Amino acid sequence: MIVADRKPIEEIIEEVKGYKHILVLGCNECVTVCEAGGKKEVGVLASALRMHAMNEGREVQIDEHTLERQCDHEYLEEIRDRIDQYDAVVSLACGVGVQFMAEKYHSTPIYPGVNTTFLGATEERGLWTERCQACGSCILARTGGICPIARCAKRLLNGPCGGSSSGRCEINKDVDCAWHLIIERLKALGKLEDYEELSPLKDWSKDRAGGPRKVVREDVQL
Amino acid sequence: MRLKYPTDIRIVRVPCTGKVDVLHMLRAFEKGADGVYVVGCLEGDCHYNSGNLRARKRVEQVQKILDTIGIGGERAQMYNLSSGEGPLFAKYATEMHERILEMGPNPIKARRQQAA
Ligand code: SF4
Repeated sequence: MIVADRKPIEEIIEEVKGYKHILVLGCNECVTVCEAGGKKEVGVLASALRMHAMNEGREVQIDEHTLERQCDHEYLEEIRDRIDQYDAVVSLACGVGVQFMAEKYHSTPIYPGVNTTFLGATEERGLWTERCQACGSCILARTGGICPIARCAKRLLNGPCGGSSSGRCEINKDVDCAWHLIIERLKALGKLEDYEELSPLKDWSKDRAGGPRKVVREDVQL
Repeated sequence: MRLKYPTDIRIVRVPCTGKVDVLHMLRAFEKGADGVYVVGCLEGDCHYNSGNLRARKRVEQVQKILDTIGIGGERAQMYNLSSGEGPLFAKYATEMHERILEMGPNPIKARRQQAA
């Protein structure tokens, strides 16, 4: 999923201090799971913003709403009939949702309420870690299901580098060396011979290096 | 025991302090509560293992938010006691009561009254 982290309330207060009628808009998907932008976080932020404004003697109305998703037209359409009431929206969706909102509701200022961080997994409650960088051409079949693009600091395709020590990466001893993990996993799979094969140059044009990307699927298009 | 404790405290019963969310506490402050304190079982004694530990973390989050918005984090507190410690319950109530007297009323309450 897309992992996001909460933005400091001070930062959001500063962004929206000039507005009188604000919608705090959550998303029921990834940001709900990583406890940064779901219904509950919407409630907490809206309550804090309301109390802050009241304490300063400002009269503001801050409404709360959470959509199923903010990255799909049909869900974003649900607020079309009332978007004009608002001077500003604080979206607690990931950067995708914030931008899709901004595109759809062109004349309403949209502010991000979270910092979108990476594609990752929930290792345990309160701990999310990066797993994928969406490079556009997956090589996990050859690397024992462990991604050196996302998890090796140098994105090495033929690792490890000389800095790998006792299974840890040279950038930080708390970080696993991805290539150490890959070799251990290939061993466990009885596929260590795969490690002997050199990886060819990767086609980075499918990564962000080739500019913003799109997936076109004529087979499912209407 | 017929112990005395300040009469301006309203008790909200929950099955476990782990049920108390940040949002519940914030809503209470938004409605004008001068203080909110959570009284849980002793740490290590939670029937659900970690309810009271979660509650403490949530109280800490509320304290941070209240400080950020200028209401005063001290208005939220976490206490722990065992069910046999009635006198301690009364002592915590008095302590909280005195803390609030010192801090004065929740400014939100005054703003609400002005607006009304
Ligand atoms: S130590 Fe391992 S993870 Fe770190 S940069 Fe070298 S190969 Fe990559």
